Amino acid sequence: MIAATYALPSVLIFVTTAIMVLVGATGVLALKNPVHSTISLIMTLFGVAIAFVAQSADFLAAVQIIVYAGAIVVLFLFVIMFLGVDRPDATRVEPLVGQRPFAAAGVLVTVAGIIALMARSHWVTGAMSVSSNGTPLASSAGNVKELGTAVFTTYLFAFEATSALLIIAVVGAIVLSRRERTADLEEDA
Amino acid sequence: MNVPAAWYLILAAVLFGIGAFGVLTRRSALIMFMCIELMLNAVNLTFVTFSRTLSDIGGQASVFFVMVVAAAEVTVGLGIVVAIFRRRSSTSVDELSEMKG
Repeated sequence: MIAATYALPSVLIFVTTAIMVLVGATGVLALKNPVHSTISLIMTLFGVAIAFVAQSADFLAAVQIIVYAGAIVVLFLFVIMFLGVDRPDATRVEPLVGQRPFAAAGVLVTVAGIIALMARSHWVTGAMSVSSNGTPLASSAGNVKELGTAVFTTYLFAFEATSALLIIAVVGAIVLSRRERTADLEEDA
Repeated sequence: MNVPAAWYLILAAVLFGIGAFGVLTRRSALIMFMCIELMLNAVNLTFVTFSRTLSDIGGQASVFFVMVVAAAEVTVGLGIVVAIFRRRSSTSVDELSEMKG
């Protein structure tokens, strides 16, 4: 019935995406070994990338794979192996009584509230084409060109700010994770 | 006719819920970071869906910046985790209780 209403390829893509995302996200939570959780996270990220392609966000899908699956997940794996914390986490211990039921109830209420809000507003908020002067996005061939134009004109200041942010983050990470060796160096000299 | 945007929005909401549950219940700082990544991805999916629905490239530009901020956040966060692990030999957030009281 659903396949008769909507185009079959898009339904298949959505079902694949949903299975990958939900199974991967559940795996991140449920698996005991942090390395397995990270591999499970990769599956979720690929599922989200497929959803990006299905909605004609080709550039973002590529960035999702390169930056998230390529850099961030590798960084996670590197830290896990570096610290040697790839032994199972003690998830059976529950120091706060009733934390999980309360967390589950809060999350359920929040998600139900979000879905109810979106359903009340007929799934779309605001007017069509607020900033693009009424020209619709290229739906079939992707819209890398539109994204590039927007980032380098409308959002140029934010784009420049992100470069400063990345430099600050790199310097901060180095400062945080380096060992204090200045005293030893002074003694050697 | 393609799949309606509502399906992707519901998927993103469920993914956000799973990530939020993980942040609230898991003890390892590393797993909590991964769950924050899940929540960021759910928001990104919502942005892209609304970008398609409203024919507005601003949503995709926002996703671009969210990804940059997420990369910076993971870099600094994992640096903090490494620094804490050097001192405490543990990444469990329950043992970081010096500021209790």
